[in-house]
Amino acid sequence: MPHLSRASFFTSRKHKPSSTKMATLTMSRPAVAGFSFENCRRNVILEGEVNNLGCSLPAARKTGTTICGVVFKDGVVLGADTRATEGMVVADKNCSKIHYISPNIYCCGAGTAADTEMTTQIISSNLELHSLSTGRLPRVATANRMLKQMLFRYQGYIGAALVLGGVDCNGPHLYSIYPHGSTDKLPYVTMGSGSLAAMAVFEDRYKPDLEEEEAKRLVRDAIAAGIFNDLGSGSNIDLTVITKGNVDYIRPHDEANKKGVRLNELEALQLTGDYKYKRGTTAVLSKCVTPLDLEVVEESIQTMDTS
Amino acid sequence: IRGLRSQLKDSVPVAGLCPQGAYGVQDSLRSGFTSVKNELLPSHPLELSEKNFQLNQDKMNFSTLRNIQGLHAPLKLQMEYRAARQIQRLPFLPSSNLALDTLRGSDECIGFEDVLCDPGQSEVMGEPHMMVEYKLGLL
Repeated sequence: MPHLSRASFFTSRKHKPSSTKMATLTMSRPAVAGFSFENCRRNVILEGEVNNLGCSLPAARKTGTTICGVVFKDGVVLGADTRATEGMVVADKNCSKIHYISPNIYCCGAGTAADTEMTTQIISSNLELHSLSTGRLPRVATANRMLKQMLFRYQGYIGAALVLGGVDCNGPHLYSIYPHGSTDKLPYVTMGSGSLAAMAVFEDRYKPDLEEEEAKRLVRDAIAAGIFNDLGSGSNIDLTVITKGNVDYIRPHDEANKKGVRLNELEALQLTGDYKYKRGTTAVLSKCVTPLDLEVVEESIQTMDTS
Repeated sequence: IRGLRSQLKDSVPVAGLCPQGAYGVQDSLRSGFTSVKNELLPSHPLELSEKNFQLNQDKMNFSTLRNIQGLHAPLKLQMEYRAARQIQRLPFLPSSNLALDTLRGSDECIGFEDVLCDPGQSEVMGEPHMMVEYKLGLL
C-alpha cells in the first residue's frame, strides 16, 4: 500500500541586523497537502483587471445536463444525456456522465465536469478500500454518506450535483446529492438544468414496481424531454440498468440528435465533405482540347526496400 | 492563542518590519498590493476551515470517544498520537507519517490531500541548514 505522505514543513524567519545588509529570509511552505489558496487573491485581482479591459476569463466546462434515475421492481435505472457545454458552446458532443463507483453502484454527475469526475473517482477509490477492509459488497448508503461529507466539507465550492443509484444487500436504492451536501432518498430523482422537464415526465408516468422495460422507456422519455426542451442538454441518451448481480451500461441507448449527413439531392449519394459541383453548374461557352505530345526520354525503375 | 493572521500564514508576523515575499520586497504579482484588509482576512472562505480541518476532526473524534468510552480512551490515544508524531525525518525532507496515518485510520482513505499539492513533489525545498537550526532552536 503506498505511503500517504503528509509532510509538516517548518517556517523560519531569520532577520539579521541591518548592519550586515542581508536580506530577510522567509521560508513558508505549504504545510498541508491538498487545496492551496495561494493564488486566490491574485486571481481576484486578475479577474478585475480583465473585466476592466472588457474580456472575460475562460469559463469552466459544465455539464449543463439532464440526469435522472428511477427505482423499479428489481433494481435501478439511471439515465443521462451526453452534452458538455463551456459557456455557450458545446464542448463535448458525446461525453459520458454515468460514472462507475463500484460494481453494484453507479453515479450520474451534473455541474462542473471536472468536479463530478474527480469526486466520483475519489469516492470510488475510497469505497474500494473500504470494501476490501470489510470484505463485503459496498452499500449505496455508504457511498452517499462519503459523498455528502466531502461535499459539505467544501461548502458547495465543489460544483457536483449527483444522482447515485445501486443495488446492495438491502435492495435497490436511489439518492440525489446536491453540491452543498444535502441528500434525498427517493424512488425517482432528476438533476441538472433539464431536471424540470424530466421531472414533469416522471410525475406524470411514474408508478411503483415498474417492469424493467417500462422503467427504461420512462427514463428514456424523461431524458428526451430534457434534451429537446433544455439548451444545456443534448445529443444521445445513455442508460444504465443495475440489478442484483448484473449491470447493463447501455451507451448510447438512443441517438436522439443525430448529426445530419450531407446529401447530394439529385443523385441521392452520400457526399460527406465533398464540395465538387456537378458538371453544368457553370454554363460552358466554348470548349477547345489540345493534346500534349510527350516523348519518353528515360525510364528507370527503383525497387522499394521492403525488407 | 494566535491572532487571525497568524492562523492563516505559517509564520508569526513581526509587525511592520518585513513584508512577505522573497528578499523582503512585496510580492505584488502573487499577493497584490499591501493593505491591512489583505493581511487580516483569509483570501478564500475555505482557507481557515481547510487549514484546521484535521485538527477539528481529531477533536470531534476524541470528544465522541470520551462520551462513549470514558476519559481514558482519548487520553491513551492522544499519548499514542504524540509518540507517532515524533517519528519524523529531517525537517526539510518529507516524512511519510505512516504510524500517525495508521492510528488515524487515514491509511484506508484517499482524498484531495493525496492527489493535489503533494509535498513530496514540491518544486522548492527548504534551506536545510536553516530548517535544522530552527528545529534545534539554534536560530
